[in-house]
Amino acid sequence: MVGGVSPFLKQPKHECLEMKAPLRAKAFREFSAGVALAVLMTLGAPTYAATPADTLVEGFAIDDLITLDPAEAFEFSAAEFIANSYNKLVNLDLQDTSKIVGELADSWTVSDDSLTYTFKLKPGLQFASGNPITAADVAYSFERVVKLDKSPGFLITQFGITGDNVAEKAKALDPLTFQLTVDKAYAPSFVLNVLTSMTASVVDKELVLQHVKPVTPSDEFKYDNDFGNEWLKSAYAGSGPFKLIVWKANEALVLERNDNATIHQAALKRIIYRHMKESAGQRLALENGDIDIARNLEPGDVDAIAAKEGYTVTSAPKGTLYLLGLNQKNQYLAKPQVRQAIKYLIDYDAIASTLIKGIGQVHQTFLPSGQLGALEDKPFSLNVDKAKALLAEAGLPDGFAVTLDVRNTQPVSGIAESLQQTFAQAGIKLELIVGDGKQVLTKCRARQHDMCFSNWGSDYFDPNSNAETFTVNTDNSDASKNKTLAWRNSWDPGELNGVTHAALQEKDTAKRTAMYQDLERKVLDTGPYAFIYQQIEVAGYSSKVKNFRLGPSFDTNYVFPISKD
Amino acid sequence: MTAIEASKLARRRRIRGLALTFGRFAIMLATTFLGLLAVTFFIGRVVPIDPVLAIVGDRAPAAVVERVREQMGFNLPLWQQFFIYLRQALTGDFGVSVLTTNPVFDDILRVFPATLELATVGTLIGAGLGVPLGVIAAVRRGSFADQIVRIVGLIGYSVPIFWLGLLSLLLFYARLKWVAYPGRLDVAYEYTFTPITGLYLFDAAWTRQWDILWDAFRHIILPGSLLGYFSLAYISRMTRSFMLNELGQEYIVAARAKGLSERRIVWFHALRNAAVPLVTVIALSYAGLLEGSVLTETVFSWPGIGLYITNSLQNADMNAVLGGTIVIGTVFIAINMFSDLLYRLLDPRTRMR
Repeated sequence: MVGGVSPFLKQPKHECLEMKAPLRAKAFREFSAGVALAVLMTLGAPTYAATPADTLVEGFAIDDLITLDPAEAFEFSAAEFIANSYNKLVNLDLQDTSKIVGELADSWTVSDDSLTYTFKLKPGLQFASGNPITAADVAYSFERVVKLDKSPGFLITQFGITGDNVAEKAKALDPLTFQLTVDKAYAPSFVLNVLTSMTASVVDKELVLQHVKPVTPSDEFKYDNDFGNEWLKSAYAGSGPFKLIVWKANEALVLERNDNATIHQAALKRIIYRHMKESAGQRLALENGDIDIARNLEPGDVDAIAAKEGYTVTSAPKGTLYLLGLNQKNQYLAKPQVRQAIKYLIDYDAIASTLIKGIGQVHQTFLPSGQLGALEDKPFSLNVDKAKALLAEAGLPDGFAVTLDVRNTQPVSGIAESLQQTFAQAGIKLELIVGDGKQVLTKCRARQHDMCFSNWGSDYFDPNSNAETFTVNTDNSDASKNKTLAWRNSWDPGELNGVTHAALQEKDTAKRTAMYQDLERKVLDTGPYAFIYQQIEVAGYSSKVKNFRLGPSFDTNYVFPISKD
Repeated sequence: MTAIEASKLARRRRIRGLALTFGRFAIMLATTFLGLLAVTFFIGRVVPIDPVLAIVGDRAPAAVVERVREQMGFNLPLWQQFFIYLRQALTGDFGVSVLTTNPVFDDILRVFPATLELATVGTLIGAGLGVPLGVIAAVRRGSFADQIVRIVGLIGYSVPIFWLGLLSLLLFYARLKWVAYPGRLDVAYEYTFTPITGLYLFDAAWTRQWDILWDAFRHIILPGSLLGYFSLAYISRMTRSFMLNELGQEYIVAARAKGLSERRIVWFHALRNAAVPLVTVIALSYAGLLEGSVLTETVFSWPGIGLYITNSLQNADMNAVLGGTIVIGTVFIAINMFSDLLYRLLDPRTRMR
């Protein structure tokens, strides 16, 4: 491959050694001799930087990685690791992510009352350890998630499964039959979508049981062992195409091909994720051949890589939306015409072509592209006259003053400045309150903001994840127990509460899709959210790398199909 | 008074003097620590960030938030919280990091060696080059060499390390390919090398894995030189002014009159006297590097304590921030103690007192 080798490699390596000694002082001569020696030492070994042919090296900011245990992990990089090293009963169909396909499960049936799901496992499956995969492993995996009840525990417990009833609700009927019983007649597409998340990954029961640690039961945790959580935090008990070799926090995550894999086979022998935080550094390392894929490139570096021969850039929209939350406690924002006017005062085109170029795409509905029912409608564009007319209709022809809380990071703070400009054109004086991420979040969660620049990522790949926060608020009082995004913006969705609930239980997937689309249109029109963009994940990679693609979620960023020339 | 009594008295006085010194030192240490703990604690409570939120996450139900708040003792009066915190800190229990879910102490043990190694290389380079440069600048005051040293120092002071780091990567790594990047070792060693102390250069030499030693050297030399350059800038300036001070003293004139060689006067007599305050300068710059240079660590993907603490700060992981601050404070105090000790070795007068 021509493009990957730098022409500088071919230069003689000792050119710059012609050290002159202009200063007569002996001391200085000794000193420069030392420098020369040091330079010589560094020059000694030529370095032909290239990653091994059987190994894929990715530069990736993996400092969010805190645990590798599928029952505990809820981070982006963990999702990618688990997706490539564990298997689930079912998975998203990558050709059409609104569909579900079996992974460990050969087939499944849903009872007529929509309460019981029976999965038939494929025969002859095995874990990396060589242990066979049975329904008992599946049941144990569910038991761990429910009883450990870590951050992602709610994914399974939301089906009414608790530590007390899990033995009955998630059980093995025979070695190849697993049965899951949920508490309400949910839409089957909802239940199955949730089961595609990394939390539903199946762990090797026999292997994990060898590593459980006894604990003293307490009010907090009433079980006598830790279900191997402490061990599995930094270990591996799966069946996916790759197995874990070593994880050094903030340094590297090294995977090796699992030769016992039965579902998917990996093409390469090793995958190494190197922790690299800095975009420019990733670009340098990519161009120098020390990494094959750069995962955290900023717009400028993306452009440079895209323009360079021998390198390619790819991207995929991910489930995170960026929006302005408009607090209905503010007398101006409470007016529907004002909310609409604000949506007309965002310069979506300018933002798309500069600030979020390569990292985001304009999106105006509350379901991210790729999810079941997601609408691509974009009725709003910058229209100052229309906004002025709407403001006049609301009795505010001269505009008003309002504050916006925003994080001190790009691109959001840049977008906020753009908003300041366009809002001013209609007489709205926007005061920016810039703060640290957690600081902004703390304030907006307590709904003490006027406007808040928020982002929201779906917890699982089903429309209910976003719907239950954007269109549900059953108690708008300050003492509410369920502080959804609708609550945070003091918005009472009224009848939408009921529609969201009904959509969750709609058996017919086509009807369910239509219900969400209807919800999206209503929120688009009057909701207290001005959606601006959906995050895009972008990666630059060497053309040596084949079959690399980013999935619609971090759960679907697969590395096993990747090969190298 | 007999001679024996006199010597006994002298010894007793010496012991008392020693005890006094130790007592004073212990009090100083205790107040420094208490101050450090108090400041870190109150900063941790004053920041407009909800620490409970950092633990349970954005999506937790209200009941969980309340329960965790109760568990962490945030409902207690502030002074009571401070005493609990004090007790924990004194027993080395900094709690569990929210971000990594490990005990903070374990985390710091993991990240600190990387910073220690980098700071040591940086200081060796900085002091090894900075002191001779400073001496030369002082001896040839106003000369071309002096101007060069001044400019080098000025650049070291004023250029942002982030920019210089990227630029040096571009030159030495991307263009010249002299050094290795990123991280501390090449990927090829990533899964074969098990560190013992976490100081890779030392570990590799200890286990006689010369290829790994070489690789670790190629990784550390650029960030190490960069940090070294920045401490060089400071050390050479200070050396110059200390040396100028010494060179103007009468004993230098006396030494010259005695017919000693200029080299002996400068490097033996004058530098030895200048060395006393210089030790403090070098020690402080070393301590400064040990705090972890966040930007250098970021640019070079160096998994050190600077990155750890910054990351924790941004995520409101107060246990980790406080633990890290206390460890750094301890190191700072320890290095100061060490430089005091060196004082005593270098300057006989301090030994008499």
